[in-house]
Amino acid sequence: MSENTLYDKVWDQHKVTTLPNGQDQLFVGLHLIHEVTSPQAFGMLQERGLEVARPDLTHATVDHIVPTANQDRPYSDDAAERMMAELEENVRDAGIQFSDPTTGDQGIVHVIGPEQGITQPGKTIVCGDSHTSTHGAFGALAFGIGTSQIRDVLATQTIAMEKQKVRKIEVTGELDEGVEAKDIILEIIRRLGTEGGVGYVYEYAGETIENLDMEGRMSICNMSIEGGARAGYVNPDETTYEWLEQTDYFQAHPEKFDELKPYWESIRSDEDAEYDDVVEIDAGELDPVVTWGTTPGQGIGIDDPIPAPEDLADDKVDTARRAQKHMRVEPGESMEGYDIDVAFLGSCTNARLPDLRRAARIVKGRQVDDSVRAFVVPGSQRVQHAAEEEGLKDIFEEAGFEWRNAGCSMCLGMNEDQLEGDEACASSSNRNFVGRQGSKDGRTVLMNPRMVAAAAINGKVSDVRDIKEVTLA
Amino acid sequence: MTDATEEIPEVDYVEGTGVPIRGNDIDTDQIIPARFMKVVTFDGLGEFAFFDLRFDDDDNEKDHPLNEERFQDANVMVVNNNFGCGSSREHAPQALMRWGIDAIIGEGFAEIFAGNCLALGIPTLTADHETINELQQWVDDHPDGDIEVDVAAETVRFGGKDISVSVDDAQRKALVEGIWDTTALMKANRNAIEETARNLPYLDHTRSDVEADD
Repeated sequence: MSENTLYDKVWDQHKVTTLPNGQDQLFVGLHLIHEVTSPQAFGMLQERGLEVARPDLTHATVDHIVPTANQDRPYSDDAAERMMAELEENVRDAGIQFSDPTTGDQGIVHVIGPEQGITQPGKTIVCGDSHTSTHGAFGALAFGIGTSQIRDVLATQTIAMEKQKVRKIEVTGELDEGVEAKDIILEIIRRLGTEGGVGYVYEYAGETIENLDMEGRMSICNMSIEGGARAGYVNPDETTYEWLEQTDYFQAHPEKFDELKPYWESIRSDEDAEYDDVVEIDAGELDPVVTWGTTPGQGIGIDDPIPAPEDLADDKVDTARRAQKHMRVEPGESMEGYDIDVAFLGSCTNARLPDLRRAARIVKGRQVDDSVRAFVVPGSQRVQHAAEEEGLKDIFEEAGFEWRNAGCSMCLGMNEDQLEGDEACASSSNRNFVGRQGSKDGRTVLMNPRMVAAAAINGKVSDVRDIKEVTLA
Repeated sequence: MTDATEEIPEVDYVEGTGVPIRGNDIDTDQIIPARFMKVVTFDGLGEFAFFDLRFDDDDNEKDHPLNEERFQDANVMVVNNNFGCGSSREHAPQALMRWGIDAIIGEGFAEIFAGNCLALGIPTLTADHETINELQQWVDDHPDGDIEVDVAAETVRFGGKDISVSVDDAQRKALVEGIWDTTALMKANRNAIEETARNLPYLDHTRSDVEADD
């Protein structure tokens, strides 16, 4: 069993009691809700005559179904309008703060929590969304939950959980040009498997992680769940504190920053903390990673050959065969040159300001290939406005990208933004599952935002290192 | 707390017939495509379970066990490894439950999926690759064959033999003792919840609207 890790400390701090079934009851410091997974939970609450226990520790936004083109109400999609109206009613009745599109604060739930400073080190954070692990980038213990658990949290502000093991993933080495946080996490998932993290929480450590900005750390923690780990975190440090200090919450309460800093320092994993497992990754050897298949674990360096299924572990052979058939790729080929029809720059993994800036440096002064429809969906309204202010919108639009409003969009195809037929998409999102982007024959190739930009320009999966970056004004 | 007495059924034993769903890494987008989640209740999700694997673009049936007449009454699903990976959508186990599934036996389950199953009183039991293959083959050969899942004893009986399966300790206890619906259980600990909250440095302890004793 792990000892004296951040996970152990934050767990103990929030433990209410041990339940009769052996699970621990944990207090939840922040409950984020959105329109897709919460309405049924509010319904269950109503059936049982229960009220929301701590609306002050609950925060809502709308992201999954929100249209990114025309956001006039009522939404053109009746089902989306109904879900939005239901959320509006639920938060109004319960007195829950709602970052709706009229506030200028709306966005993907995992982008707005950090932006507003309500995501903090040493908090327990839950949301009915598996990418809640994102918030672990701040040293929070954050995980996705199902709707019945949302009901539990709404009713009690606590959750029943079993303690998991802790695997430290020590990442060292200097990243090559064109290689980003996204490539590190895709490599981790490839190496440890999509189910390798089941039963574990991942602690990302080592000099490469320490040198990443907060957005990079968020990209990594975000995809913990794709490796089977329900939560992942990075110990808070000066990079974390600098970021936090600029957020709304600490701008409004500067005294809180000084007050809380000792707590944040105290929850860092001790030097002599014990882990259930330790894995080392040399990120200095990485090339930009792209996926060739239909699970996020099926990644390779841009120059590498697609593996033959029979060369993989026994339990991966069948999945790989199905994936290669779906993607229409052959073992031995590389993914470089794979034709794409769509380029999607968005999602809770890679749609923050630095992501868009890096992509803009590739796009500037170039044109999206005629065969490609390309669009940018900023992670939040704040990202959108900041990007517009500094001219990124113009760069993308001049190159032929569509510039949209904030939301989950084509990451999961719950709004109008969907692949059609067997279109192939270069995507900065997190899942390449069959059907994920809205068409069951659609083909998704996951990659970092600069690689998406390069693919959009060339009309095919490309090595971004072959494209000269342009300095932004 | 009056609501603590709510009746939660004990799930110590499931009996019925099986349906094999083969393949590792079957994700929640396969189990219930996102477009069917544009709803505000879980009612009626059963018919959309594995929809894109069961129907083509023109809604014609494709080869899939859930389409086969012989498996229509099945309530025990037999799956392979990392079943239910991907999103946290409870819509996935809700769809399976509403299709008729009461228990799932497999090589391994994604964590959030297994937690969501527990919250619905659906046991997720595990066994090794060979055992699961054997059970899937047997179910294929005996679609009407009786399967007895003993959650408490961690055994599955089929075709006159018993196999050992594993159920996570907390899951087993919760199901067997009928304490898998945790809302009332946890709400009863109000004083301890408040005590924990008082010790959290990041909460605003000046607020006056914290639940008063009533």
